[in-house]
Amino acid sequence: MLNFILLIFIYIGIYAISALGLNLIVGYTGLLSLCQAAFLGIGAYSAAVLMTAFHFGFWEAMLISGIITALCGMLIGIPTLRLKGDYLAIATLGFGEIVRNIIVNWDSVTKGPMGINGIPGPNLFGFMFSSMDKISWVILIWVIVGISYYFVRRIVRSRVGRALEAIREDEIAASAMGINTAKYKIGAFTTGAFLAGIAGSLFASYNQSVAPLTFDFMMSIMILCMVVLGGLGNNYATVAGAIIIVITSEIPRLFGISHIIPPQLNQVIFGLILVLMMIYRPQGIIGRVKLNYAKILKKEILHLEK
Amino acid sequence: MPLLYTQSLRREFGGVVAVSDVDIEIFKNSITGLIGPNGAGKTTLFNTITGLDYPTSGFVFFKGEDITPLPAYKITRSGIARTFQNIRLFKEMTVFENVMIGRHFRANHPHIVKNRLINFILGRIFVKQEEYDIYESSIKWLDFFGLLDFRDEYAKNLPYGKQRELEIARALATEPEVLFLDEPAAGMNPQETDELMVTIKRIRDLGITVVLIEHDMKLVMNICDKIIVLNYGRKIAEGTPAQVQNNKEVIEAYLGKTDE
Repeated sequence: MLNFILLIFIYIGIYAISALGLNLIVGYTGLLSLCQAAFLGIGAYSAAVLMTAFHFGFWEAMLISGIITALCGMLIGIPTLRLKGDYLAIATLGFGEIVRNIIVNWDSVTKGPMGINGIPGPNLFGFMFSSMDKISWVILIWVIVGISYYFVRRIVRSRVGRALEAIREDEIAASAMGINTAKYKIGAFTTGAFLAGIAGSLFASYNQSVAPLTFDFMMSIMILCMVVLGGLGNNYATVAGAIIIVITSEIPRLFGISHIIPPQLNQVIFGLILVLMMIYRPQGIIGRVKLNYAKILKKEILHLEK
Repeated sequence: MPLLYTQSLRREFGGVVAVSDVDIEIFKNSITGLIGPNGAGKTTLFNTITGLDYPTSGFVFFKGEDITPLPAYKITRSGIARTFQNIRLFKEMTVFENVMIGRHFRANHPHIVKNRLINFILGRIFVKQEEYDIYESSIKWLDFFGLLDFRDEYAKNLPYGKQRELEIARALATEPEVLFLDEPAAGMNPQETDELMVTIKRIRDLGITVVLIEHDMKLVMNICDKIIVLNYGRKIAEGTPAQVQNNKEVIEAYLGKTDE
């Protein structure tokens, strides 16, 4: 039982990292992206290939796969300069399918539908993380969640974050305010993809294997659910959303009633959550927080002047 | 030499010529009014000058440089700010944040620009300094419009007149040399319009050149140094308020042709 709860927390952490990235794209910049699972997949497969075929260590593989995913994010960010709203969503949907098909069919690298097995765990100064030792994994992943949270918070609590929000509110007005909207939109996609890439490499290393079917459209929807459920444009709420969604989807197994409630029911639940949230609380459970600049600056700047 | 001028600026939408070979000259520290019947091409002219739209042909020169091909954000950075006919505030952001956005590109703290990455990871001090600069000047502009008490409100919750003022405050926060106002008095009551006239004069007194589209003739005739009249995309008259008021073509454009 304890093992199962720890396992849930490992997954919550992995999802939280990618949801934080998606929040930057959807919540702050207002670009509806449906390909976060594809970014996770690219990260997971990059890490898997680097670690098995090229014998990279986990940490290097994590960083490189983060960068590879970020480059893919940049690639999908370019159409966003021309596409708006629904059309962009469809374009990202297509991108997600392309990625999944490439993974399935590029046998020589991804081993196709078989997936890649035998991915080693991280080695931290001689300490090997094994999948049996779930407590160390929970710690490792939540430390990375913390770093990601801080990283995103630094972005959104600066003029960059305000620029992203301005683009969400009114792109034309934002460009009339001297904001290079193209740069920030691509930047949001790149950063969001980078975080998903990191999450993907953790996923690969923890599971010791990757398979193409994991990174499907449902996973993108699940991550989107986390962002919407918690509250668009609020990082704290996004992590809360990840916790709620993962636990909800694991309840049947948690209570050992998965033979009564099949796991496919999750999809119904997610759909229901999205519909109900959009109708009754579009701002999410927690919603967006209004930053009190006077307070932030007093706290942060007054001691600077001393 | 004028601060800003256009050379046979033209914008066609399909077969429709919205702006037809218009030459205008804007002189430093003046208030220029742009008037004309609905559909005369006033807003299109504004859009082509401020980079939100591209002219079919012709040029826009600002401070002696050709700014025609520049994207909107670069034109704003070069010192041209604008407001919109139908208010385009960042609705779900606070009044304070709206003005802070105007400061966005002015806040390039020298230390930050040099080592962007290092600063991002380590140098919170510079970021704080940058935020502090943004904060200070935003306060200044909110104070100029008497919006300080509203600063933590969402922009969408402000009364209409205040929203118009906030939009001007946001534009001024970019430290422009020329400010384009697209129908600033639209939807205002007479008292608010009188206040707006005072505000526009105060802006001019700061050394900022103002160009405005307006249908309220009282406002236009009272505060403008020069008036340009457009009709069907063409410039039909130009001059002081008194000259324009007595121009035959202008009277025809507004009241229709008289049969002799």
